[in-house]
Amino acid sequence: MNESMTARVVPLAVACALVAAFPFVGGKFYVDLMVTTMILAIFALSLELLVGRTGLVSFGHAAFFGIAAYATALLSPQAEAASMLWLLPAVVAITALAALGIGALSLRTRGIYFIMVTLAFAQMAYFVFHDMKFAGGSDGRYLYVKPVLAAGSYTLLDLDRPLTFYYVTLGALILVYALLASIGRSRLGHALTGIKANEQRMRAAGFSTYPYKLAAFVLAGALAAIAGFLYAVKDGFVNPEILAWHQSGTVLLMLILGGLGTLRGAVVGAFLFVLLKEFFQSEALFGAFAKHWQLPLGLAIIACVALMPNGVTGLPAQLRRTRMPVPHAG
Amino acid sequence: MPDDILLKASEISRRFGGLVAVDRVSVTLTRGEVHSVIGTNGAGKSTLVNVLAGEIAASGGRVHLQDRDITRWPQPKRARAGVGRTYQRTTIFPRATVFENCRLSAQAHHQHPFNWWHAAAGCAKSSALAHHAIEQAGLAGQAHRIAGTLSHGQKRQLEIAMCLSTTPQVLLLDEPLAGMGPEETERMLALLATLKPGHGILLIEHDMDAVFRIADRITVMVNGAVIATGTPDEIRNNPEVQIAYLGEIERPAEAALT
Repeated sequence: MNESMTARVVPLAVACALVAAFPFVGGKFYVDLMVTTMILAIFALSLELLVGRTGLVSFGHAAFFGIAAYATALLSPQAEAASMLWLLPAVVAITALAALGIGALSLRTRGIYFIMVTLAFAQMAYFVFHDMKFAGGSDGRYLYVKPVLAAGSYTLLDLDRPLTFYYVTLGALILVYALLASIGRSRLGHALTGIKANEQRMRAAGFSTYPYKLAAFVLAGALAAIAGFLYAVKDGFVNPEILAWHQSGTVLLMLILGGLGTLRGAVVGAFLFVLLKEFFQSEALFGAFAKHWQLPLGLAIIACVALMPNGVTGLPAQLRRTRMPVPHAG
Repeated sequence: MPDDILLKASEISRRFGGLVAVDRVSVTLTRGEVHSVIGTNGAGKSTLVNVLAGEIAASGGRVHLQDRDITRWPQPKRARAGVGRTYQRTTIFPRATVFENCRLSAQAHHQHPFNWWHAAAGCAKSSALAHHAIEQAGLAGQAHRIAGTLSHGQKRQLEIAMCLSTTPQVLLLDEPLAGMGPEETERMLALLATLKPGHGILLIEHDMDAVFRIADRITVMVNGAVIATGTPDEIRNNPEVQIAYLGEIERPAEAALT
Protein backbone atom coordinates (compact mmCIF):
# COMPACT_ATOMS: atom_id res chain seq x y z
CA MET A 1 0.00 0.00 0.00
CA ASN A 2 1.54 3.32 -1.00
CA GLU A 3 1.43 6.54 0.95
CA SER A 4 -1.58 8.13 -0.72
CA MET A 5 -3.60 4.92 -0.33
CA THR A 6 -2.72 4.86 3.36
CA ALA A 7 -3.70 8.50 3.71
CA ARG A 8 -7.10 7.71 2.25
CA VAL A 9 -7.83 4.37 3.86
CA VAL A 10 -6.68 5.08 7.44
CA PRO A 11 -9.16 7.92 8.16
CA LEU A 12 -11.96 5.80 6.69
CA ALA A 13 -11.03 2.81 8.84
CA VAL A 14 -10.83 5.00 11.96
CA ALA A 15 -14.24 6.53 11.15
CA CYS A 16 -15.76 3.06 10.68
CA ALA A 17 -14.28 1.84 13.96
CA LEU A 18 -15.65 4.87 15.82
CA VAL A 19 -19.12 4.41 14.36
CA ALA A 20 -18.97 0.67 15.11
CA ALA A 21 -18.10 1.40 18.75
CA PHE A 22 -20.74 4.09 19.12
CA PRO A 23 -23.66 1.92 20.37
CA PHE A 24 -21.55 0.98 23.42
CA VAL A 25 -21.09 4.59 24.50
CA GLY A 26 -24.00 6.53 23.01
CA GLY A 27 -27.49 6.69 24.52
CA LYS A 28 -30.51 5.18 22.77
CA PHE A 29 -31.54 8.50 21.26
CA TYR A 30 -28.12 9.10 19.73
CA VAL A 31 -27.75 5.54 18.47
CA ASP A 32 -31.11 5.95 16.77
CA LEU A 33 -30.00 9.25 15.30
CA MET A 34 -26.81 7.62 14.05
CA VAL A 35 -28.84 4.97 12.21
CA THR A 36 -30.95 7.66 10.53
CA THR A 37 -27.80 9.51 9.58
CA MET A 38 -26.20 6.41 8.09
CA ILE A 39 -29.34 5.73 6.04
CA LEU A 40 -29.26 9.32 4.76
CA ALA A 41 -25.56 8.91 4.00
CA ILE A 42 -26.35 5.91 1.78
CA PHE A 43 -29.05 7.99 0.09
CA ALA A 44 -26.61 10.88 -0.43
CA LEU A 45 -23.94 8.50 -1.77
CA SER A 46 -26.39 7.16 -4.35
CA LEU A 47 -27.11 10.69 -5.59
CA GLU A 48 -23.41 11.53 -5.59
CA LEU A 49 -22.95 9.00 -8.43
CA LEU A 50 -25.32 11.11 -10.52
CA VAL A 51 -24.51 14.65 -9.47
CA GLY A 52 -20.87 14.55 -8.44
CA ARG A 53 -19.57 11.88 -10.78
CA THR A 54 -21.69 12.20 -13.94
CA GLY A 55 -22.79 15.83 -13.66
CA LEU A 56 -26.50 14.98 -13.83
CA VAL A 57 -28.33 17.15 -11.31
CA SER A 58 -31.43 15.16 -10.45
CA PHE A 59 -34.04 16.95 -8.40
CA GLY A 60 -36.20 13.90 -8.02
CA HIS A 61 -33.99 11.39 -6.29
CA ALA A 62 -36.37 11.05 -3.33
CA ALA A 63 -38.72 9.22 -5.71
CA PHE A 64 -36.46 6.16 -5.62
CA PHE A 65 -35.95 6.36 -1.88
CA GLY A 66 -39.73 6.52 -1.47
CA ILE A 67 -40.61 3.86 -4.03
CA ALA A 68 -38.22 1.48 -2.28
CA ALA A 69 -39.63 2.32 1.15
CA TYR A 70 -43.18 1.76 -0.08
CA ALA A 71 -42.20 -1.46 -1.86
CA THR A 72 -40.70 -2.72 1.41
CA ALA A 73 -43.85 -1.93 3.34
CA LEU A 74 -46.25 -3.24 0.69
CA LEU A 75 -44.37 -6.47 -0.03
CA SER A 76 -43.87 -7.41 3.63
CA PRO A 77 -46.48 -9.89 4.87
CA GLN A 78 -48.72 -8.48 7.61
CA ALA A 79 -48.37 -11.26 10.12
CA GLU A 80 -44.94 -12.81 9.63
CA ALA A 81 -41.41 -11.62 9.01
CA ALA A 82 -40.31 -11.41 5.38
CA SER A 83 -36.97 -12.89 4.47
CA MET A 84 -34.39 -10.28 3.51
CA LEU A 85 -33.14 -12.78 0.96
CA TRP A 86 -36.04 -12.07 -1.37
CA LEU A 87 -37.38 -8.79 0.00
CA LEU A 88 -34.26 -6.66 -0.48
CA PRO A 89 -33.52 -7.91 -4.03
CA ALA A 90 -37.19 -7.43 -4.96
CA VAL A 91 -37.21 -3.87 -3.58
CA VAL A 92 -33.96 -3.00 -5.39
CA ALA A 93 -35.23 -4.54 -8.64
CA ILE A 94 -38.56 -2.67 -8.54
CA THR A 95 -36.80 0.62 -7.83
CA ALA A 96 -34.18 0.00 -10.53
CA LEU A 97 -36.98 -0.66 -12.99
CA ALA A 98 -38.64 2.62 -12.03
CA ALA A 99 -35.26 4.35 -12.46
CA LEU A 100 -34.87 2.75 -15.87
CA GLY A 101 -38.21 4.11 -17.04
CA ILE A 102 -37.80 7.57 -15.52
CA GLY A 103 -34.13 7.78 -16.55
CA ALA A 104 -34.80 6.68 -20.13
CA LEU A 105 -37.21 9.59 -20.56
CA SER A 106 -35.51 12.28 -18.43
CA LEU A 107 -32.07 11.72 -19.94
CA ARG A 108 -33.38 12.90 -23.29
CA THR A 109 -33.20 16.37 -21.77
CA ARG A 110 -30.24 18.32 -20.42
CA GLY A 111 -29.32 20.91 -17.83
CA ILE A 112 -32.21 22.83 -16.32
CA TYR A 113 -34.73 20.73 -18.25
CA PHE A 114 -33.31 17.56 -16.75
CA ILE A 115 -33.68 19.08 -13.28
CA MET A 116 -37.31 19.98 -13.99
CA VAL A 117 -38.24 16.68 -15.61
CA THR A 118 -36.79 14.62 -12.74
CA LEU A 119 -38.67 16.87 -10.31
CA ALA A 120 -41.87 16.31 -12.28
CA PHE A 121 -41.47 12.53 -12.20
CA ALA A 122 -40.80 12.58 -8.47
CA GLN A 123 -43.93 14.68 -7.90
CA MET A 124 -45.92 12.20 -9.99
CA ALA A 125 -44.65 9.37 -7.79
CA TYR A 126 -45.55 11.44 -4.73
CA PHE A 127 -49.14 11.88 -5.88
CA VAL A 128 -49.46 8.23 -6.87
CA PHE A 129 -48.70 7.18 -3.30
CA HIS A 130 -50.60 10.12 -1.86
CA ASP A 131 -53.82 9.42 -3.74
CA MET A 132 -53.87 5.64 -4.05
CA LYS A 133 -55.87 3.71 -1.49
CA PHE A 134 -53.69 0.58 -1.61
CA ALA A 135 -50.71 2.52 -0.28
CA GLY A 136 -52.66 4.11 2.55
CA GLY A 137 -53.05 7.52 0.93
CA SER A 138 -51.74 10.49 2.88
CA ASP A 139 -51.81 8.46 6.11
CA GLY A 140 -49.11 6.16 4.86
CA ARG A 141 -48.70 2.55 5.74
CA TYR A 142 -47.25 0.45 8.53
CA LEU A 143 -44.77 -2.36 8.28
CA TYR A 144 -45.82 -4.57 11.15
CA VAL A 145 -43.15 -7.25 11.22
CA LYS A 146 -39.59 -6.42 10.35
CA PRO A 147 -37.72 -8.68 7.92
CA VAL A 148 -35.18 -11.26 9.03
CA LEU A 149 -32.31 -13.09 7.45
CA ALA A 150 -32.73 -16.75 8.33
CA ALA A 151 -31.00 -19.99 7.34
CA GLY A 152 -33.45 -22.80 7.91
CA SER A 153 -34.86 -22.35 11.40
CA TYR A 154 -31.85 -20.38 12.57
CA THR A 155 -32.23 -16.60 12.43
CA LEU A 156 -28.98 -14.96 11.35
CA LEU A 157 -30.14 -11.36 11.42
CA ASP A 158 -33.30 -10.09 13.03
CA LEU A 159 -33.78 -6.47 11.97
CA ASP A 160 -36.20 -5.96 14.85
CA ARG A 161 -33.23 -5.94 17.23
CA PRO A 162 -31.82 -2.39 17.36
CA LEU A 163 -28.19 -3.43 17.64
CA THR A 164 -28.49 -5.84 14.70
CA PHE A 165 -30.18 -3.17 12.66
CA TYR A 166 -27.43 -0.71 13.57
CA TYR A 167 -24.69 -2.99 12.26
CA VAL A 168 -26.67 -4.00 9.17
CA THR A 169 -27.02 -0.30 8.33
CA LEU A 170 -23.33 0.33 8.96
CA GLY A 171 -22.46 -2.69 6.81
CA ALA A 172 -24.72 -1.42 4.02
CA LEU A 173 -23.08 2.00 4.19
CA ILE A 174 -19.61 0.48 3.95
CA LEU A 175 -20.64 -1.77 1.06
CA VAL A 176 -22.27 1.07 -0.90
CA TYR A 177 -19.20 3.25 -0.30
CA ALA A 178 -16.86 0.47 -1.44
CA LEU A 179 -18.99 -0.25 -4.50
CA LEU A 180 -19.01 3.41 -5.53
CA ALA A 181 -15.26 3.70 -4.90
CA SER A 182 -14.75 0.70 -7.14
CA ILE A 183 -16.99 2.19 -9.83
CA GLY A 184 -15.01 5.41 -9.59
CA ARG A 185 -11.82 3.60 -10.52
CA SER A 186 -13.45 1.51 -13.23
CA ARG A 187 -13.88 2.08 -16.94
CA LEU A 188 -17.49 3.02 -16.41
CA GLY A 189 -16.51 5.50 -13.70
CA HIS A 190 -13.88 7.14 -15.88
CA ALA A 191 -16.33 7.38 -18.75
CA LEU A 192 -18.86 9.05 -16.44
CA THR A 193 -16.23 11.54 -15.27
CA GLY A 194 -15.47 12.29 -18.91
CA ILE A 195 -19.18 12.83 -19.64
CA LYS A 196 -19.37 15.28 -16.76
CA ALA A 197 -16.33 17.20 -18.00
CA ASN A 198 -17.23 17.28 -21.70
CA GLU A 199 -19.92 15.07 -23.12
CA GLN A 200 -19.36 16.27 -26.68
CA ARG A 201 -15.72 15.24 -26.52
CA MET A 202 -16.70 11.81 -25.25
CA ARG A 203 -19.07 11.33 -28.18
CA ALA A 204 -16.30 12.35 -30.56
CA ALA A 205 -14.10 9.67 -29.00
CA GLY A 206 -16.74 7.04 -29.71
CA PHE A 207 -18.72 6.87 -26.48
CA SER A 208 -22.47 6.57 -26.99
CA THR A 209 -23.08 8.64 -23.89
CA TYR A 210 -26.81 7.98 -23.41
CA PRO A 211 -26.51 4.36 -22.22
CA TYR A 212 -23.71 5.34 -19.85
CA LYS A 213 -25.84 8.05 -18.28
CA LEU A 214 -28.76 5.65 -18.08
CA ALA A 215 -26.54 3.06 -16.38
CA ALA A 216 -25.53 5.69 -13.81
CA PHE A 217 -29.17 6.70 -13.30
CA VAL A 218 -30.34 3.12 -12.74
CA LEU A 219 -27.41 2.35 -10.43
CA ALA A 220 -28.12 5.49 -8.42
CA GLY A 221 -31.78 4.48 -8.15
CA ALA A 222 -30.86 0.96 -7.07
CA LEU A 223 -28.52 2.26 -4.35
CA ALA A 224 -31.14 4.73 -3.14
CA ALA A 225 -33.42 1.68 -2.85
CA ILE A 226 -31.11 0.24 -0.18
CA ALA A 227 -31.51 3.45 1.81
CA GLY A 228 -35.29 3.41 1.28
CA PHE A 229 -35.50 -0.22 2.40
CA LEU A 230 -33.56 0.51 5.59
CA TYR A 231 -35.67 3.62 6.26
CA ALA A 232 -38.95 1.69 6.02
CA VAL A 233 -37.63 -1.10 8.23
CA LYS A 234 -36.25 1.32 10.81
CA ASP A 235 -39.42 3.30 11.40
CA GLY A 236 -41.86 0.56 10.43
CA PHE A 237 -43.87 3.28 8.75
CA VAL A 238 -43.88 5.03 5.40
CA ASN A 239 -45.87 8.03 4.21
CA PRO A 240 -45.86 10.10 1.01
CA GLU A 241 -43.76 12.86 2.61
CA ILE A 242 -40.60 10.82 2.03
CA LEU A 243 -41.08 11.29 -1.72
CA ALA A 244 -41.78 15.01 -1.49
CA TRP A 245 -39.66 17.46 -3.46
CA HIS A 246 -38.03 18.88 -0.35
CA GLN A 247 -36.52 15.46 0.36
CA SER A 248 -34.86 15.56 -3.06
CA GLY A 249 -33.66 19.04 -2.18
CA THR A 250 -32.37 17.96 1.23
CA VAL A 251 -30.21 15.20 -0.19
CA LEU A 252 -28.79 17.63 -2.78
CA LEU A 253 -27.99 20.02 0.07
CA MET A 254 -26.11 17.24 1.86
CA LEU A 255 -23.89 16.77 -1.20
CA ILE A 256 -23.28 20.49 -1.51
CA LEU A 257 -22.49 20.84 2.20
CA GLY A 258 -20.06 17.94 2.14
CA GLY A 259 -18.47 18.85 -1.16
CA LEU A 260 -19.45 17.62 -4.62
CA GLY A 261 -17.32 15.12 -6.46
CA THR A 262 -16.08 12.96 -3.58
CA LEU A 263 -17.70 10.04 -1.79
CA ARG A 264 -16.61 11.19 1.64
CA GLY A 265 -18.23 14.54 0.84
CA ALA A 266 -21.61 12.80 0.57
CA VAL A 267 -21.15 11.02 3.90
CA VAL A 268 -19.78 14.07 5.71
CA GLY A 269 -22.59 16.17 4.23
CA ALA A 270 -25.25 13.80 5.54
CA PHE A 271 -23.71 13.83 9.04
CA LEU A 272 -23.32 17.59 9.04
CA PHE A 273 -26.87 18.17 7.88
CA VAL A 274 -28.35 15.93 10.59
CA LEU A 275 -26.11 17.54 13.23
CA LEU A 276 -27.12 21.06 12.20
CA LYS A 277 -30.76 20.11 12.15
CA GLU A 278 -30.61 18.48 15.60
CA PHE A 279 -28.66 21.44 16.95
CA PHE A 280 -31.24 24.01 15.87
CA GLN A 281 -34.13 21.77 16.96
CA SER A 282 -32.73 21.50 20.48
CA GLU A 283 -35.07 23.09 23.01
CA ALA A 284 -32.35 22.85 25.64
CA LEU A 285 -30.28 25.30 23.62
CA PHE A 286 -32.86 27.51 21.96
CA GLY A 287 -35.94 27.19 24.14
CA ALA A 288 -39.15 28.23 22.43
CA PHE A 289 -37.25 29.39 19.35
CA ALA A 290 -36.34 25.74 18.63
CA LYS A 291 -39.64 25.25 16.85
CA HIS A 292 -38.47 27.75 14.23
CA TRP A 293 -35.38 25.57 13.54
CA GLN A 294 -35.79 25.87 9.78
CA LEU A 295 -34.81 29.54 9.81
CA PRO A 296 -31.39 29.18 11.53
CA LEU A 297 -30.75 25.93 9.63
CA GLY A 298 -31.32 27.74 6.34
CA LEU A 299 -29.06 30.60 7.39
CA ALA A 300 -26.37 28.17 8.54
CA ILE A 301 -26.50 26.37 5.19
CA ILE A 302 -26.24 29.65 3.29
CA ALA A 303 -23.24 30.59 5.42
CA CYS A 304 -21.61 27.20 4.82
CA VAL A 305 -22.07 27.40 1.07
CA ALA A 306 -20.80 31.00 0.95
CA LEU A 307 -17.74 30.32 3.10
CA MET A 308 -16.93 26.86 1.77
CA PRO A 309 -17.76 26.73 -1.93
CA ASN A 310 -16.20 23.26 -2.18
CA GLY A 311 -17.94 21.93 0.89
CA VAL A 312 -16.47 20.73 4.16
CA THR A 313 -14.23 18.16 2.50
CA GLY A 314 -12.89 20.83 0.17
CA LEU A 315 -11.96 23.08 3.10
CA PRO A 316 -8.32 21.94 3.61
CA ALA A 317 -7.50 22.55 -0.07
CA GLN A 318 -9.33 25.89 0.07
CA LEU A 319 -7.28 26.97 3.11
CA ARG A 320 -4.03 25.91 1.44
CA ARG A 321 -4.91 28.00 -1.59
CA THR A 322 -5.68 31.13 0.43
CA ARG A 323 -2.49 30.79 2.46
CA MET A 324 -0.25 30.16 -0.50
CA PRO A 325 -1.65 31.46 -3.75
CA VAL A 326 -0.42 29.43 -6.71
CA PRO A 327 0.07 31.37 -9.93
CA HIS A 328 -2.33 30.17 -12.57
CA ALA A 329 -0.55 27.79 -14.88
CA GLY A 330 -1.33 28.48 -18.51
CA MET B 1 -15.11 2.91 -55.05
CA PRO B 2 -11.32 2.52 -55.08
CA ASP B 3 -9.81 1.24 -51.86
CA ASP B 4 -7.70 4.26 -51.15
CA ILE B 5 -10.71 6.59 -50.92
CA LEU B 6 -11.54 6.64 -47.22
CA LEU B 7 -14.27 9.21 -46.96
CA LYS B 8 -16.57 10.40 -49.68
CA ALA B 9 -19.18 13.06 -49.10
CA SER B 10 -21.58 13.72 -51.94
CA GLU B 11 -23.76 16.78 -52.30
CA ILE B 12 -23.83 17.48 -48.56
CA SER B 13 -26.18 20.26 -47.49
CA ARG B 14 -26.99 21.69 -44.12
CA ARG B 15 -29.61 24.31 -43.53
CA PHE B 16 -30.28 26.19 -40.31
CA GLY B 17 -33.75 27.60 -40.83
CA GLY B 18 -33.43 29.87 -43.84
CA LEU B 19 -29.62 29.88 -43.79
CA VAL B 20 -27.83 27.41 -46.02
CA ALA B 21 -24.59 26.84 -44.12
CA VAL B 22 -23.36 24.06 -46.40
CA ASP B 23 -24.66 23.95 -49.94
CA ARG B 24 -24.26 20.70 -51.92
CA VAL B 25 -20.62 20.18 -51.04
CA SER B 26 -18.80 17.10 -52.30
CA VAL B 27 -15.38 16.15 -50.96
CA THR B 28 -13.31 12.98 -51.02
CA LEU B 29 -10.53 12.04 -48.71
CA THR B 30 -7.86 9.54 -49.74
CA ARG B 31 -5.45 7.71 -47.51
CA GLY B 32 -2.09 9.44 -47.50
CA GLU B 33 -3.37 12.86 -48.44
CA VAL B 34 -3.97 16.14 -46.71
CA HIS B 35 -7.08 17.74 -48.13
CA SER B 36 -7.47 21.28 -46.92
CA VAL B 37 -10.72 23.19 -46.86
CA ILE B 38 -10.29 26.94 -46.83
CA GLY B 39 -12.70 29.83 -46.86
CA THR B 40 -13.48 32.98 -44.96
CA ASN B 41 -15.17 32.93 -41.57
CA GLY B 42 -18.74 31.80 -41.99
CA ALA B 43 -18.02 29.93 -45.22
CA GLY B 44 -19.37 26.73 -43.66
CA LYS B 45 -16.12 24.86 -43.05
CA SER B 46 -16.77 23.94 -39.43
CA THR B 47 -20.36 22.99 -40.23
CA LEU B 48 -19.00 20.69 -42.93
CA VAL B 49 -16.69 19.02 -40.39
CA ASN B 50 -19.58 18.71 -37.93
CA VAL B 51 -21.71 17.02 -40.58
CA LEU B 52 -18.90 14.66 -41.62
CA ALA B 53 -18.18 13.76 -37.99
CA GLY B 54 -21.88 13.14 -37.37
CA GLU B 55 -22.16 15.84 -34.75
CA ILE B 56 -25.01 17.44 -36.68
CA ALA B 57 -27.19 15.74 -39.24
CA ALA B 58 -27.00 16.63 -42.90
CA SER B 59 -30.11 18.15 -44.48
CA GLY B 60 -29.21 16.42 -47.72
CA GLY B 61 -26.51 14.35 -49.40
CA ARG B 62 -24.65 11.19 -48.43
CA VAL B 63 -21.46 10.31 -46.59
CA HIS B 64 -19.56 7.08 -47.22
CA LEU B 65 -16.73 5.67 -45.14
CA GLN B 66 -14.97 3.35 -47.59
CA ASP B 67 -17.88 1.23 -48.84
CA ARG B 68 -20.23 1.89 -45.94
CA ASP B 69 -22.99 4.48 -46.08
CA ILE B 70 -22.63 6.28 -42.75
CA THR B 71 -25.03 9.15 -43.47
CA ARG B 72 -27.43 8.13 -40.72
CA TRP B 73 -24.84 6.97 -38.21
CA PRO B 74 -24.59 8.93 -34.96
CA GLN B 75 -21.27 10.46 -34.06
CA PRO B 76 -20.06 7.81 -31.56
CA LYS B 77 -20.62 5.03 -34.09
CA ARG B 78 -18.71 6.97 -36.75
CA ALA B 79 -15.91 7.59 -34.28
CA ARG B 80 -15.63 3.88 -33.51
CA ALA B 81 -15.61 3.13 -37.23
CA GLY B 82 -12.59 5.38 -37.74
CA VAL B 83 -13.71 8.98 -38.12
CA GLY B 84 -11.64 11.04 -35.70
CA ARG B 85 -11.98 14.75 -35.19
CA THR B 86 -10.43 17.58 -33.25
CA TYR B 87 -12.06 20.81 -32.24
CA GLN B 88 -11.28 24.41 -33.01
CA ARG B 89 -11.49 25.12 -29.29
CA THR B 90 -9.28 22.85 -27.20
CA THR B 91 -11.48 20.21 -25.58
CA ILE B 92 -9.07 18.25 -23.42
CA PHE B 93 -9.90 17.13 -19.88
CA PRO B 94 -7.77 19.66 -18.01
CA ARG B 95 -7.69 17.98 -14.60
CA ALA B 96 -6.50 14.59 -15.84
CA THR B 97 -2.97 13.77 -16.98
CA VAL B 98 -2.00 13.65 -20.64
CA PHE B 99 -1.92 9.87 -20.43
CA GLU B 100 -5.34 9.64 -18.74
CA ASN B 101 -6.82 11.91 -21.41
CA CYS B 102 -5.62 9.53 -24.10
CA ARG B 103 -6.47 6.34 -22.25
CA LEU B 104 -10.04 7.52 -21.76
CA SER B 105 -10.33 8.33 -25.46
CA ALA B 106 -9.00 4.88 -26.35
CA GLN B 107 -11.40 3.18 -23.98
CA ALA B 108 -14.57 3.39 -26.06
CA HIS B 109 -13.22 1.02 -28.68
CA HIS B 110 -11.73 -1.81 -26.83
CA GLN B 111 -13.75 -3.32 -24.13
CA HIS B 112 -17.10 -3.67 -22.59
CA PRO B 113 -17.62 -0.06 -21.73
CA PHE B 114 -19.97 -0.79 -18.85
CA ASN B 115 -17.33 -2.74 -17.02
CA TRP B 116 -17.55 -1.29 -13.55
CA TRP B 117 -15.45 -3.75 -11.58
CA HIS B 118 -12.07 -3.63 -13.36
CA ALA B 119 -9.96 -0.57 -12.72
CA ALA B 120 -9.62 1.61 -15.81
CA ALA B 121 -5.89 1.82 -15.12
CA GLY B 122 -5.63 -1.93 -15.60
CA CYS B 123 -6.73 -1.96 -19.23
CA ALA B 124 -3.57 -2.92 -21.10
CA LYS B 125 -5.02 -2.33 -24.56
CA SER B 126 -6.19 1.23 -23.90
CA SER B 127 -2.93 2.03 -22.12
CA ALA B 128 -0.85 0.74 -25.03
CA LEU B 129 -2.89 2.76 -27.53
CA ALA B 130 -2.61 5.85 -25.36
CA HIS B 131 1.17 5.53 -25.07
CA HIS B 132 1.49 5.02 -28.79
CA ALA B 133 -0.67 8.06 -29.56
CA ILE B 134 1.25 10.23 -27.10
CA GLU B 135 4.51 9.25 -28.74
CA GLN B 136 3.12 9.84 -32.23
CA ALA B 137 1.92 13.28 -31.22
CA GLY B 138 5.34 14.17 -29.81
CA LEU B 139 4.28 14.39 -26.18
CA ALA B 140 6.33 11.45 -24.90
CA GLY B 141 8.00 13.48 -22.15
CA GLN B 142 4.71 14.96 -20.94
CA ALA B 143 2.62 11.82 -20.40
CA HIS B 144 2.22 12.33 -16.66
CA ARG B 145 1.65 16.04 -16.64
CA ILE B 146 -1.76 17.45 -15.77
CA ALA B 147 -3.25 18.43 -19.11
CA GLY B 148 -4.39 21.84 -17.86
CA THR B 149 -0.79 22.89 -17.20
CA LEU B 150 0.46 22.29 -20.76
CA SER B 151 1.34 25.16 -23.08
CA HIS B 152 -1.18 26.11 -25.76
CA GLY B 153 0.76 24.30 -28.47
CA GLN B 154 1.06 21.16 -26.36
CA LYS B 155 -2.66 21.24 -25.65
CA ARG B 156 -3.30 21.26 -29.38
CA GLN B 157 -0.92 18.30 -29.73
CA LEU B 158 -2.79 16.53 -26.94
CA GLU B 159 -6.04 17.18 -28.78
CA ILE B 160 -4.56 15.28 -31.72
CA ALA B 161 -3.11 12.57 -29.47
CA MET B 162 -6.58 11.98 -27.99
CA CYS B 163 -7.96 11.67 -31.48
CA LEU B 164 -5.16 9.23 -32.46
CA SER B 165 -5.90 7.10 -29.38
CA THR B 166 -9.16 6.13 -31.04
CA THR B 167 -7.19 4.65 -33.99
CA PRO B 168 -8.93 6.72 -36.64
CA GLN B 169 -8.42 6.34 -40.37
CA VAL B 170 -9.85 9.74 -41.12
CA LEU B 171 -8.74 12.84 -39.25
CA LEU B 172 -11.00 15.85 -39.39
CA LEU B 173 -8.87 18.65 -37.99
CA ASP B 174 -10.61 21.93 -37.26
CA GLU B 175 -7.94 24.65 -37.19
CA PRO B 176 -5.19 22.75 -35.38
CA LEU B 177 -2.85 25.73 -35.81
CA ALA B 178 -5.15 28.34 -34.29
CA GLY B 179 -3.35 30.64 -31.89
CA MET B 180 0.06 29.02 -32.36
CA GLY B 181 3.44 30.72 -32.54
CA PRO B 182 5.83 30.01 -35.44
CA GLU B 183 7.76 27.35 -33.55
CA GLU B 184 4.61 25.52 -32.44
CA THR B 185 3.25 25.74 -35.98
CA GLU B 186 6.38 24.08 -37.34
CA ARG B 187 6.08 21.29 -34.81
CA MET B 188 2.43 20.73 -35.67
CA LEU B 189 3.14 20.68 -39.42
CA ALA B 190 5.90 18.12 -38.87
CA LEU B 191 3.44 16.05 -36.84
CA LEU B 192 0.81 16.22 -39.60
CA ALA B 193 3.45 15.12 -42.13
CA THR B 194 4.20 12.01 -40.07
CA LEU B 195 0.49 11.20 -39.78
CA LYS B 196 -0.17 11.62 -43.49
CA PRO B 197 0.91 8.18 -44.75
CA GLY B 198 -1.54 6.19 -42.59
CA HIS B 199 -4.49 8.54 -42.58
CA GLY B 200 -6.74 10.67 -44.70
CA ILE B 201 -6.57 14.18 -43.24
CA LEU B 202 -9.16 16.87 -43.76
CA LEU B 203 -7.57 20.10 -42.61
CA ILE B 204 -9.50 23.28 -41.96
CA GLU B 205 -7.07 26.09 -41.50
CA HIS B 206 -6.76 29.84 -41.78
CA ASP B 207 -2.97 29.88 -41.95
CA MET B 208 -2.58 29.97 -45.75
CA ASP B 209 1.15 29.68 -45.54
CA ALA B 210 0.80 26.35 -43.76
CA VAL B 211 -2.05 25.15 -45.98
CA PHE B 212 -0.14 25.71 -49.20
CA ARG B 213 2.89 23.95 -47.77
CA ILE B 214 1.21 20.81 -46.51
CA ALA B 215 -1.99 20.26 -48.52
CA ASP B 216 -2.11 17.89 -51.47
CA ARG B 217 -5.49 19.20 -52.46
CA ILE B 218 -7.40 22.31 -51.52
CA THR B 219 -11.12 22.96 -51.60
CA VAL B 220 -12.30 26.55 -51.45
CA MET B 221 -15.68 27.33 -49.91
CA VAL B 222 -17.59 30.57 -50.20
CA ASN B 223 -21.00 31.07 -48.59
CA GLY B 224 -21.42 27.36 -47.98
CA ALA B 225 -20.63 26.24 -51.52
CA VAL B 226 -17.46 24.89 -53.11
CA ILE B 227 -16.09 27.22 -55.77
CA ALA B 228 -12.95 25.26 -56.61
CA THR B 229 -11.04 22.07 -55.80
CA GLY B 230 -7.54 21.30 -56.98
CA THR B 231 -3.85 21.11 -56.23
CA PRO B 232 -2.30 24.09 -54.44
CA ASP B 233 -0.96 25.35 -57.78
CA GLU B 234 -4.34 25.10 -59.47
CA ILE B 235 -5.99 26.91 -56.61
CA ARG B 236 -3.38 29.63 -56.56
CA ASN B 237 -3.90 30.27 -60.27
CA ASN B 238 -7.67 29.96 -60.31
CA PRO B 239 -9.03 33.41 -61.17
CA GLU B 240 -12.36 32.78 -59.46
CA VAL B 241 -10.59 31.89 -56.22
CA GLN B 242 -8.40 34.94 -56.49
CA ILE B 243 -11.39 37.18 -56.85
CA ALA B 244 -13.54 35.51 -54.23
CA TYR B 245 -11.02 34.71 -51.61
CA LEU B 246 -7.32 34.85 -52.22
CA GLY B 247 -7.43 38.58 -52.76
CA GLU B 248 -7.27 39.21 -49.10
CA ILE B 249 -4.51 36.69 -48.40
CA GLU B 250 -2.52 37.11 -51.61
CA ARG B 251 0.69 37.94 -49.87
CA PRO B 252 1.02 34.83 -47.70
CA ALA B 253 0.14 32.68 -50.70
CA GLU B 254 2.86 34.32 -52.71
CA ALA B 255 5.25 33.93 -49.86
CA ALA B 256 4.49 30.25 -49.89
CA LEU B 257 5.45 30.13 -53.55
CA THR B 258 8.94 31.39 -53.00
